[in-house]
Amino acid sequence: MKVTLSWLREFAPDIAGDPDELGEILSSLGLAVEGVEIIGELVDGVVLARVLDLRAHPDADKIQLVDVDPGDGNPLQVCCGAFNMSVGDLIPFATVGTVMPNGMEIAQREMRGQLSNGMCCSAAEIGFGSDADGILILNDRVVDGATLGMPLAEALGLEADVLWDLEVNANRPDALSVAGVARDLAAALGVKFSYPDYPIVHSDEPVAGLLDVTIEDPELCGRFVATVLRNITVGTSPEWMQRRLTQLGMRPINSIVDISNYVMLELGQPNHTFDLDTLVDGKLVVRRAQAGETIETLDGAVRHLEPSDGVIADGNGVLVSLAGVMGGAHTEISASTRNVLLEMAWWDPPSISRTVKRLNLPSEASTRFRRGADWGDNISRAMRRFIQLATEAGAVAVDGVVDVAGQTPAREPVPVRVAKVNGLLGTTLTAEAMVALLEPIGFTCAGSGEVIEVTVPTWRWDTETETDIAEEVGRMFGYENIPPTVPKGPAAGGLSAYQQDRRLVRDVLVGLGCDETLPMPFLAPGDLSRAALPEDGVTLTNPLHAEESVLRTSLLPGQLKAIAYNQSHRSDPVRFFEIDHVFLPAAEGQVLPDEREYLAVALAGEEAPAAVAILDVLDRALALPNLQLTPADLPGLHPTRSAEVVIAGRTRGQVGEVDPGVLAAYGVQGRVAWLQLDLGEVLNGPHGTRRYTPVSKFPSSDVDLAFVLADGVQAAQVEASIRKAGGSLLAGLELFDIYRGEGLETGERSLTYHLRFQAADRTLTDAEVAELRQACIQQVANKTGATLRS
Amino acid sequence: MTTAAALTAELETVLAEATTRLAAADDLATVAAIDSEFLGKKSTVSAAKQQLGALDADQRKAAGQAINAIREALTGQVEAARIRVADQARAEQVAAERLDLTERLSSIRRGSLHLNTQARDRLEDVFVGMGFTIAEGPEVETAWYNFEALNIPEWHPARGSFDTIFVNLGEPEEVMLRSHTSPVQIRTMEVQEPPIYIVAPGRTFRTDTADATHLPAFNQIEGLVVDRGITLGDLAGTMQEFVHAFFGREVKTRLRPSYFPFTEPSAEFDISRPDGSWLELGGCGMVHPNVLRNCGIDPEIWQGFAFGFGIDRLAVMRYELDDIRELVNNDVRFLHQF
Repeated sequence: MKVTLSWLREFAPDIAGDPDELGEILSSLGLAVEGVEIIGELVDGVVLARVLDLRAHPDADKIQLVDVDPGDGNPLQVCCGAFNMSVGDLIPFATVGTVMPNGMEIAQREMRGQLSNGMCCSAAEIGFGSDADGILILNDRVVDGATLGMPLAEALGLEADVLWDLEVNANRPDALSVAGVARDLAAALGVKFSYPDYPIVHSDEPVAGLLDVTIEDPELCGRFVATVLRNITVGTSPEWMQRRLTQLGMRPINSIVDISNYVMLELGQPNHTFDLDTLVDGKLVVRRAQAGETIETLDGAVRHLEPSDGVIADGNGVLVSLAGVMGGAHTEISASTRNVLLEMAWWDPPSISRTVKRLNLPSEASTRFRRGADWGDNISRAMRRFIQLATEAGAVAVDGVVDVAGQTPAREPVPVRVAKVNGLLGTTLTAEAMVALLEPIGFTCAGSGEVIEVTVPTWRWDTETETDIAEEVGRMFGYENIPPTVPKGPAAGGLSAYQQDRRLVRDVLVGLGCDETLPMPFLAPGDLSRAALPEDGVTLTNPLHAEESVLRTSLLPGQLKAIAYNQSHRSDPVRFFEIDHVFLPAAEGQVLPDEREYLAVALAGEEAPAAVAILDVLDRALALPNLQLTPADLPGLHPTRSAEVVIAGRTRGQVGEVDPGVLAAYGVQGRVAWLQLDLGEVLNGPHGTRRYTPVSKFPSSDVDLAFVLADGVQAAQVEASIRKAGGSLLAGLELFDIYRGEGLETGERSLTYHLRFQAADRTLTDAEVAELRQACIQQVANKTGATLRS
Repeated sequence: MTTAAALTAELETVLAEATTRLAAADDLATVAAIDSEFLGKKSTVSAAKQQLGALDADQRKAAGQAINAIREALTGQVEAARIRVADQARAEQVAAERLDLTERLSSIRRGSLHLNTQARDRLEDVFVGMGFTIAEGPEVETAWYNFEALNIPEWHPARGSFDTIFVNLGEPEEVMLRSHTSPVQIRTMEVQEPPIYIVAPGRTFRTDTADATHLPAFNQIEGLVVDRGITLGDLAGTMQEFVHAFFGREVKTRLRPSYFPFTEPSAEFDISRPDGSWLELGGCGMVHPNVLRNCGIDPEIWQGFAFGFGIDRLAVMRYELDDIRELVNNDVRFLHQF
């Protein structure tokens, strides 16, 4: 909502002060200043000048030569493309050096061989309205004492004005009007606020008999006020009105539309005009639409209505207006309109909201109705204001208005507990102090002491409860005046065990040289199938782009995209990790997807063991119970280089390499080692248990064993066998050589392990060590078929 | 008959020989061999000691003293030679092992935490220090959690302002990507009895086309306090404490009246910039009684406040990023800077 200082002062003449300070006060009232502009100064360098002579350009038809007197006695020749001036006219003249509002600097120029020493200006060119047709003729507009060469604003008697652009919150329908803003600001400044009188003249013709209004749905329409204006001539509105509309961001259209907008901006009451002669018998019926009904609205579109929509029908049952939202096409004011039905009503905000949303028809008027317009005196006031402005423009008002009541919100006094308000705000205000804050903004208060009875004004539809009123007390008291305190608070804050472990995982991965990446969770259709994953991601109803219309079920596509992106920018190799949500299809009977927190590690240019190594470090960091890798052919992963990660007997993820076909589909070069864990399950599952074993004081004995085993047999099986055979005396086990090639069959490899034996209570004898060695060899042979390499 | 003088003369000769050979020794093994030869059991010095008993008593003392003197001299010379040789060996070794430590063929690089995570961690740590715990919730939500429980009924104009991204699950517009972190408030209050002191960081979504200052998916942190006797003054003080801890004690805060359906009174909170102007950081307010009631909490007993603001923006502000899309591009040339 934009407001000007001069307009505010029509309601509170004593509003005064520095524009910045007034802006701060507006902001502190909850009317945040989004922009402030000093207006009415017009353009520096534009002066009052007189046309001395008009001559044809010798070499051009579309421009003429104008001699102007800019006041210094030196007539200047100007080339001008407008032909609406006469000799002797006063005009705005931009002198050489003037920077126009559009940024153009006026310079001496040659046009078809003739010098031009400045520019004659249209109203639009100097920001003095919207008229861009011809030069602005100022003959009757200059103030007494204006002289040639005088800055234009001074010559026109314009005073500098302040234009604020205010952010008005949804609970402040009243502040979507100049008067409403003035009421708040006046209250904050402690100056008087009042509405001007809007005296009207009317003919003797009574309104009764002209109009027949019925409200069939009183919940939809709380009040419907109408009258008739005759002798209408649709023309242009006065310059002052056009200027104000333009200042507040509205385009002047014609005298009737402009008055309509002016009254809405000034008093906050939207209104509608019908061409009376298109209505059957002046009859209007306010009701809900019937299923299947249509209306052609002002914008020419045919709207298909539903029973929730409010409408106004004429005597024949034809719809003439989509109530509170947009008028109908066939009753629209036209150039030939002579008689107008003027209507102002109060519409049920939820009803209007539903229709606006469903038909996507927001407007200045419906915004006010949706937030709750004033159903009280303001409607009558706005009617008078409209009639006054229309009659000034030549219309003739009939005598009286039709005022039909529906159902308006109840406004019973609200008991407001002084202690409760103070307890909510952290203040120590007395009842009297609260009353003094509330009354200037129109809240009626009775009582004192512990409870005040507060009646909320009709222009505050959203304000109903004790808490709402407490907010008004706080707002008018000033939030900045409330002493800051801190709650006594709970015992202690902290991260949950899960959150601490998640940080640990991140820190471990960072230490391993991985960069955390956070792609957006959206995928394009086909991204999952390109990664050989089921295309079962939840889809979005209203995505911004098709490429962002599917929710991921795996972190793999996002990681592959990130790797491909970096490779395309020659940043290679990369080690990435990500901890974020995936969205698996909803479980049976659930409306929400099965949302989980996953960890992914993607190592570009590295092979599967690199990912396993990372998993092993995480295992150490988190003390995962019984981590096993089960070879598996997993979607999207390399079929012979991948495994399921099994923790305490449960599958918790996957590790290995990405399928070469998937890499090709994503344009990724080289290999990608891959780890993905259901981090939620891992961290919520058992882990982190560590038990102390005293460090042995006795010497240890080392044994190296090389086994030959088939490729199908897992090293893990060999290790498990060794551990079983070694029992508690096996203090260390490490694989230190893997060999394939000469001396071995194809499909075989040799694994060499370093074993360390140690007892807690004695030095092991050579015989004991030899026995342990043999037990290990035997166990491995029995369980895996591996033989000791000779 | 050996005399003390003869013995001494012989030992002098031995000492002279040892001195010569030690001077020529250039490794520890040679020194050790000389040590053994001249001071060991079979050395002349040891033999001389054996012969002491054959001497007259008057000779014996002088001879004993001579042997000891020679022995000490020999021991000293061996030790000196050992040190000399060791020093020399070390000097040769270190001379041969010269490395240019600025030759880095490859280096171990620490990875980086994403800027959002860094900002989120810092925020969490500040709030943990103020007695809060961290709550989390799903990113896909129902209309109940995202709107209705938060006092935003189906017809409410505020719904439009959230520019919600809906999901094809359930009834039309029943399931959505959460447009704020406030659903976590509801989920927390549903399961936890007051007092409640939580912050809820997380990703939120709006139908904003990605550009230099907008992303359709971004991060917020939301706070919720529900306790007895909580006031708007407590909210103001908590915001002030937070801002002091996070931005520095010189940064001022102010609350301005505003409107959110889920708080009443509602406010925007601003922080001061070095030039004295104000920057709007986020929204806050006293939890609306309807919201408490929706979670089964009696607003006559419990009062609370809530606040929320963007996390990405803090990262953008701190590092003066000129394009917020860098936060989701995952370009290592960007990630490696932090």
